[in-house]
Amino acid sequence: MAIRVFLLLPVFLSSAIVSFSLYEDQAGLADWHQRYIGKVKHAVFHTQKTGRKRVIVSTEENVVASLDLRHGEIFWRHVLGTKDAIDGVGIALGKYVITLSSEGSTLRAWNLPDGQMVWETALHSAHHSKSLLSVPINLKVDKDYPITVFGGGYLHAVSALDGEVLWEKDFTAEGFEVQRVLQPLGSTVIYVLGFVNLSEAVVYQIDSKSGEVLAQKSMAFPGGFSGEISSVSSDKVVVLDSTKSILVTIGFLDGDISFQKTPISDLVEDSGNAEILSPLLSNMLAVKVNKRTVFVKVGGEGKLEVVDSLSDETAMSDSLAVADDQEAFASVHHEGSKIHLMVKLVNELDNVLLRETIEMDQHRGRVHKVFMNNYIRTDRSNGFRALIVMEDHSLLLLQQGAIVWSREEGLASVTDVTTAELPVEKDGVSVAKVEHTLFEWLKGHVLKLKGSLLLASPEDVVAIQELRVKSSGKNKLTRDHNGFRKLILALTRGGKLFALHTGDGRIVWSMLLKSQACERPNGISLYQWQVPHHHAMDKNPSVLVVGRCGSDSSAPGVLSFVDVYTGKEITSSDIGHSVVQVLPLPFTDSTEQRLHLIADTVGHVHLYPKTSEALSIFQREFQNIYWYTVEADDGIIRGHVMKSSCSGETADEYCFTTRELWTVVFPSESEKIISTLTRKSNEVVHTQAKVNTDQDLLYKYVSKNLLFVATVSPKGAGEIGSVTPEESSLVVYLIDTITGRILHRLSHQGCQGPVHAVFSENWVVYHYFNLRAHKYEVTVVEIYDQSRAENKNVWKLILGKHNLTAPITSYSRPEVFTKSQSYFFAQSVKTIAVTSTAKGITSKQLLIGTIGDQILALDKRFVDPRRTLNPSQAEKEEGIIPLTDSLPIIPQSYVTHSHRVEGLRGIVTAPSKLESTTHVFAYGVDLFYTRLAPSKTYDSLTDDFSYALLLITIVVLVAAIYITWALSEKKELSEKWR
Amino acid sequence: MTQIIRSSPVLAFIGLQICFIFFASTLTCTSGSEDSYTITGRVKIPPSNVIGHTAKFSNVKVLLNGGLKITFLRPDGYFTFHKVPAGTHLIEVSAMGYFFSPVRVDVSARHRGKVQATLIETRRSLTEMVLEPLKEEQYYEIREPFNVMNIVKSPMGLMVGFMVVVVFLMPKLMENIDPEEMKQAQEEMRRQGVPSLTSLLPGAGASR
Repeated sequence: MAIRVFLLLPVFLSSAIVSFSLYEDQAGLADWHQRYIGKVKHAVFHTQKTGRKRVIVSTEENVVASLDLRHGEIFWRHVLGTKDAIDGVGIALGKYVITLSSEGSTLRAWNLPDGQMVWETALHSAHHSKSLLSVPINLKVDKDYPITVFGGGYLHAVSALDGEVLWEKDFTAEGFEVQRVLQPLGSTVIYVLGFVNLSEAVVYQIDSKSGEVLAQKSMAFPGGFSGEISSVSSDKVVVLDSTKSILVTIGFLDGDISFQKTPISDLVEDSGNAEILSPLLSNMLAVKVNKRTVFVKVGGEGKLEVVDSLSDETAMSDSLAVADDQEAFASVHHEGSKIHLMVKLVNELDNVLLRETIEMDQHRGRVHKVFMNNYIRTDRSNGFRALIVMEDHSLLLLQQGAIVWSREEGLASVTDVTTAELPVEKDGVSVAKVEHTLFEWLKGHVLKLKGSLLLASPEDVVAIQELRVKSSGKNKLTRDHNGFRKLILALTRGGKLFALHTGDGRIVWSMLLKSQACERPNGISLYQWQVPHHHAMDKNPSVLVVGRCGSDSSAPGVLSFVDVYTGKEITSSDIGHSVVQVLPLPFTDSTEQRLHLIADTVGHVHLYPKTSEALSIFQREFQNIYWYTVEADDGIIRGHVMKSSCSGETADEYCFTTRELWTVVFPSESEKIISTLTRKSNEVVHTQAKVNTDQDLLYKYVSKNLLFVATVSPKGAGEIGSVTPEESSLVVYLIDTITGRILHRLSHQGCQGPVHAVFSENWVVYHYFNLRAHKYEVTVVEIYDQSRAENKNVWKLILGKHNLTAPITSYSRPEVFTKSQSYFFAQSVKTIAVTSTAKGITSKQLLIGTIGDQILALDKRFVDPRRTLNPSQAEKEEGIIPLTDSLPIIPQSYVTHSHRVEGLRGIVTAPSKLESTTHVFAYGVDLFYTRLAPSKTYDSLTDDFSYALLLITIVVLVAAIYITWALSEKKELSEKWR
Repeated sequence: MTQIIRSSPVLAFIGLQICFIFFASTLTCTSGSEDSYTITGRVKIPPSNVIGHTAKFSNVKVLLNGGLKITFLRPDGYFTFHKVPAGTHLIEVSAMGYFFSPVRVDVSARHRGKVQATLIETRRSLTEMVLEPLKEEQYYEIREPFNVMNIVKSPMGLMVGFMVVVVFLMPKLMENIDPEEMKQAQEEMRRQGVPSLTSLLPGAGASR
C-alpha cells in the first residue's frame, strides 16, 4: 500500500502543477504595473474650492491628467493620439478641464472630478501656425465670456458650456501671423496682435460677443521683428527686433499703435544677442543676455529699466496674483547639491516673500520648469507651493522647504531596455531571517489551503497575500536560484538610466548621463558591456550607454560605462564622432569586455574598448566582420566589409575604413521600405531539426545573418483609408546580410502596412492590413534548409556520409525552402515580441501588444504553417491545431490582465535561469512587468502549491494503513480462534 | 474585486447607469466641406452583472485606422471623428472588459460623405452606427467555488475514498462470503503464505 501511495504521488503532483492562466487573487504576485504621465508641459492648479486639491497637467507624451496635490497620485488621465499634441490647458467654469490639441484644431472639455469627456469641438484650421488658448478665469456661466482659441489661422470663440463655436474669424490673409490674443480682464474687447511679414504690426479689436472687428490699426516697423515676443500687460507687448539687439515695446492702448525702441546695450553693458524668456510677468519681462537672466521692468510709457539680474540657470514661473493687487513669481536656482526657491513680488524685487533651500538629488539635473500656486495659511498670510519639472523629466512638489512628493516621469519615455543580474549572495550575509517556527510554517500553509478551497475570510485573504509576498523573498537585492530576481535597466529619452527591480518595480538606482561637450545628451541605446562569468569574476558587470549631443544623427556621441551593481559611472567619454550604428561583436577580451564597433556618418567605424588587446582580437577577425545599413528613404540596403585602418586620414589606430560589398536597390516607383528586422543576437536555439508526424526530419535554417524587409507600394505607405486594394501591394523579403542574396520573396496583393514583425529561430511572423478583406492579417514564414534534408538515414550518420559537420558558409547559395500560412487577426497591433527562455526548449509564445494597450500571449502553435483543416490523428497527437481562418483572442491569455500599458511602445523578454520561465517587460507611458511560463511551470512547483494538503494526505494515508493493518490483524486472530 | 462580483445589485445599478438606452436615432450622418467628412457614432455597453471590473465610459477609446486618430466618448456614448477623407476606414473600440468587432466604414465622396458601416467580424452591416460589444472579456480564470465533489474527484480525494472503501466496506463484503468458500480461500492463502491484507483484494474481486 505504501508503494501504491508513492506511485500515486507523481500523479497528484502533476495535477497540482498545471496552473492555467491567472486567478484574480494571483494578480500582482509576479507582476507589477506603474502609471506615468511624461514630462509636464503645462500645469494648472485647482485649489480654490474646499475638498480635493488637484493640479491639471499636460505632458509631452500627449497625456492630460489630474493629479492629487497632496500625494501626487493620478486621479484620472487620458492618453491622446500620437499626433494629437496638447497646445494648451485651462479650467473653465470651475468644473471643466479644457485642452487644445492638434495644432489648435481640436478643443475638448473633460469633467474635472472624473475625467469624463464632456464635449469635443473640431475647429477650422487652414495652415500651421501658433496655437493659443485663453480660458476666462471667470466662474460665471455666461456666453459673454467665451473661450478664445487661435489656431490654424482662425480665431474662434467657443462656449465653455457645450463647446459650441459662437463665432470664428478668418486671419489667414497673406503673410499675417497672429502673435498674441489678449483680452483685458472684464472687457468685452479682444485684441489680436500680429505681424505681416515680420515687418508690420497689426492690431485688431474684436467684440467678444459677436466677433465683429471693431477697429484695425497697422504700423510698419522698418527694422523688422524676430518673432520673439512677451506680453507684459493687457495693452503692451515687448518684441525683439530682427537683429536681436533692440527691444521694441508695442503699445496698442485704445487701438493706437506706438513703438518704443530700447537698445539692449542701454540696459546691459557689452551685451550680445538677447533672448526673451517665456515666463509671463506682469509689467516686466525676463531677457537672457550674456548668460544672465535680466529682469526688465516696463514703465507706464513703455520705458524699460533693468531691475535685477540672475545667473542664467534660473527657472522662473509665471507671475501670480496674490493679495492686494500684487503679483508674485517664483524662481529656482541651483547651488551645489541644493536648490533655492524664492518667491518675490513683481513690483518690489527686494521683497522676498519666501526663501527656501532644499537638498536635491544630483541625478535629477537642473530645474526646467516651475509652476507656482499660493494658498492662504491659517494665520491669513500667503503660503506658496511650487511644482517643478527637472531635467530628467521628474515632477516634484515643493512646499514648506521640503519635497512633498515626486514622480519619476522620465520612465514614461523609455528608449531602450536591457536586463542585468543582481549580485550573488555572499557567505555570512544572511539576507532573510531564517524560517520562523514549524508551527508558523504550518499555520501559513493551512491559510493557503483555506484560500485555495475558497474558505478564507477577507482577513485571511489579506494575510495570505502578505505571506506570499514575504515568503517569496522576491524583493531581495541578491541573485536567486531561479533567476526571478533581476534588474531591468531602462534608458530614457531624457538621458537617465534607471535600474528597476523585477520583484516590485522599485528603482534600485538611477543615473543621469553627463557629458563635457554638451549640456544634456539624449539617451539612444544600451548594450551589455561586461558580463563576467568565466574570468574576471571580481569585476562587477557593466553596461554601455550610448548617447548623443542633440537630436541630429551627425551630432557627436557620448559613451558612458555604468557599473550595474552600484549604479556608478565607471568612465564616460565624448567620443568626438557621430553614432549611426552600434555593432556588438561576438568577441570578448580577457576581462570579458565585449568588443563593439560604432559606425559614424562619414563611413568610418571605431573600435571599442580602445585597448591593444581588443585591437589584436579584432585584427584576427578583420576579414569576417560584415554589417549592413538600411537607407529606408532611398530604398537601398547596403552590405559593408572592413577595408583598412584609416591611418591615412587620422592617427587613430582604432578607426577603420569600410568598403561596400553589395547593394539591394528597391525600385522607388513601386516599393518603399517600411520595416526591417533581424533576429535577436543572443537568442538560443535548442534544436536545429524538427521531426514531422511521418517521422520525417526538417532542418531549420538558423542563421543570424537573415534580414526581414517589408516594402509597400508608395501609395500604400499612407494611412489605411487612403488607398484602394488595386493600388497597394506588400512585398516581404528574407535577405542574407553577408552576401545580399534574396533567399525568399513573398508578395501580398491588396495589402498595406504598417507592418509589425517578429523574427525568431527560423520563422518570421508579421502583421499587416489586408485591404480586400478589410481585416488585419498575420502571416508566418518558416525557412528550412534543404541541403541537409538527406541526412535522415541512420546508416549515413553512422558511416559518416553526412554533411552535418560541413561548415555553413554564406558564399555558396543555400538551398532553402519556406512554408507559410496566413490568418486573420481582429485587432490593430502596436508591437510584437516573442518569449525567450534560457535553453530555448520551452515552446514559444508571441506577445502581441494590441491597440487597446494590452498584451496578448498567443501560442506559436497557432501560427504554424503545418496547420490543416483536418489534421490526422498523428498530427493531432503532436499538437497541431485544426486550421481556422482567424487567430483566437482568448481574454484569459492577456498577460496584462486588467491593466492597460498606456501608450505601449515596446515589449522586451529575457530568460530566467529556470527554463520554463521568461521575464516580460513592456514600456510605453506606463510600465508593466510579469513572468510568463509559456508551457506552464513544468520544472518547479507553483507558488500556490499547498504543502499542507500534501502533508495531511500523507498523514491520513499512513493512519489508514495502520488502522487497516490493526483491523486485519484482529480479524485474523478471530479467524484463528474460530 | 471579489466583493464587487458578489454585490450584484450594486453592479446592476452601475450597469444601468452605463447603458443609456436611447431610442433609435438617425446617425451615421455626415457633413463636411470639400474632401473632409465627419463620422459620428455611438458606443452602447449593455448592463451586466458578470463584469469583474467597473467599465467606465471615461476609459473607452475609439480609434480610427489603427490609432491614427483617437477620440473619447461623451457622457451619452457618442463619438465623432472630424476631418475624415472619403475612402474606406477602420474603426476600433478599446474598452477594458469588452471585445468590440472592428468596423469597416465607407465614406462616399459621391454621396457627399454618406457613411456605410459594416461589422468586420460578423459581416453584418449597420443601419445606424451603434457599436455594441460582441462579447465580454473575463481576464481571470474563475475559481471553482468550494465543492465537495471537487475534493472527492481530486487524486487525494480518490485515495482517501479508496481507503474508506477498503476499511469499511471490505469487512462487510467478507461477511457475505460463503463460510466454506472462505475457508477454502484461507487454506489457499496459507499454502501460498502471502500476507493476509493483500490477499483480501483478489478475494473481494472474485466475490463481485
